[in-house]
Amino acid sequence: MTIEAQYGVPTVAMHTDKFDRVVRSVAAVNGMAELRQVFVPQPVMGKSPGELRAYVDGRDPLTGRPVMQEVVEGLTVPFDGRGVGTIEYDRSTPRLVEPDSEENLHHLFMENRWTDYLPIVLPTEERVAAMLARTRRKPDEVVGRMRPTHFREAWEYTVEKVAVNAVMAGARPEYFPVILALAATGVSARGSTTSSMAAMAVVNGPIRNEIKMNAGTGALAPYNHANATIGRAYGLLSQNLQGGSVPGLTYMGSQGNNYAYNSITFPENEERSPWEPFHVQHGFRATDSTVSVFSGCRATAYTLGLRETHWREHVRNMLRGMDPHIPPVFVLDPITARQFIDRGGFTKKDALIDWVYDNARMPAGEFWDYQLVQNYLYPRATFGEEPWATKLKAAPDEMIQVFKREDIHVVVVGGETNGYWRIMGATYAKTVSVDDWR
Amino acid sequence: MSTAEKVTVLNPMGFAPKVVEKALAPRLATLDGKTVYLVDCRFDDSDVFLKQVQAWFGEHMPSVRTVFKPISSVYLKDDPMTWAEIKARGHAAIVGVGH
Repeated sequence: MTIEAQYGVPTVAMHTDKFDRVVRSVAAVNGMAELRQVFVPQPVMGKSPGELRAYVDGRDPLTGRPVMQEVVEGLTVPFDGRGVGTIEYDRSTPRLVEPDSEENLHHLFMENRWTDYLPIVLPTEERVAAMLARTRRKPDEVVGRMRPTHFREAWEYTVEKVAVNAVMAGARPEYFPVILALAATGVSARGSTTSSMAAMAVVNGPIRNEIKMNAGTGALAPYNHANATIGRAYGLLSQNLQGGSVPGLTYMGSQGNNYAYNSITFPENEERSPWEPFHVQHGFRATDSTVSVFSGCRATAYTLGLRETHWREHVRNMLRGMDPHIPPVFVLDPITARQFIDRGGFTKKDALIDWVYDNARMPAGEFWDYQLVQNYLYPRATFGEEPWATKLKAAPDEMIQVFKREDIHVVVVGGETNGYWRIMGATYAKTVSVDDWR
Repeated sequence: MSTAEKVTVLNPMGFAPKVVEKALAPRLATLDGKTVYLVDCRFDDSDVFLKQVQAWFGEHMPSVRTVFKPISSVYLKDDPMTWAEIKARGHAAIVGVGH
């Protein structure tokens, strides 16, 4: 789109057919509805040159016309007048929905894809007002902007809009500052990627106990009202405030992800952790209340405890099981956190992170051949971006460090019923103050 | 409240920005003698695909000069140097593959 609109070069974009709705929609919201686009069958990935030549020689699966005829025409046939010029579209959102019966409104919310298909609480003015009463911020204050992908336009939202979604999720008003802080991150819990990523949210500080979140037994499971509904609110506000999350249009996750139902939302078990809390690692005081968000959650590895003789090999094996494109977040039961101190001497989280950084290795040849590394890291390496540019110079058999140290994180949660622990593949985005939104 | 009673509720959607329609580039009268850049997004074997497009031009429209051009980094980053090169040295572009 940039080369066509900003540089004035006639351009045809080629895509696979599964992306027809999304790429036409993206072109339209970027003011280029008439952008010339041609489609070939999905997938391109993994096909031989001969198979891809058949795509080129074949027909556009959407129009039935020869692919290359469409390409040539896309570069040479003039526009009929539409799509040229400068027009602004005002797409303001009404504050209220047309009054109706509860039954019809529930149906409408589902029809409009405003829910996660679990029952919602209808956001009446009274309920929204109760939510708004738990923040000093004004209802019309802008909280942030959010979008499902890099290519889409960001939508804007106010405190009142966040409150509407918090009500729908079943959250209690006292949770509202946490939900506002999540909205203020601008990080969507409904990102649109074919890889079906979900978000993760970690709450720290006094707010955890004030609203009775559960950092102990079953913290990551459906056994606590605050954990459950704050996480659900994060998902609902993301899909609605960013302008939707509709499969084939604004959501392209091929398999989807159950983590998206409540975005892996839990408080860190600061009381039982042997280390400093996550938010203190990121520049906040222990007395501050914060929420930290991670994206890209898909992969999980787990085991029980740390064996005396081979714990290092076991942890390395877990790390080798993760896709090297997404860094590891160690989610440790307090029992295991203390085992990492006993076995490895990691008296600080940073010491454990150093160990993980140094031990997550694989041969360079294997690393660079991962599809996601090819897609996202190899181009950066060839552009000279470090540390990837240096790693690209390694011989194929050389064992290289897989992750960047600053991308590796440790969080403690769990009720010490046993020493089970897991590694989440997740990318840390940011930590936001909850107190700023009280 | 009874289920038949009309209820007023708030709309949960955010506020979309205004869309400004952009002018697209004028099309070429012909591709004969022109240079077409094949811009590789470097995603999911798009290079293999675009080289087949290049082969097609060589066989069916040999008067068209094609230049295979991978973008400088990942598709998430703008690439003004590549766009400027295409503007300066080319007449048209085919970008692929967007999955």
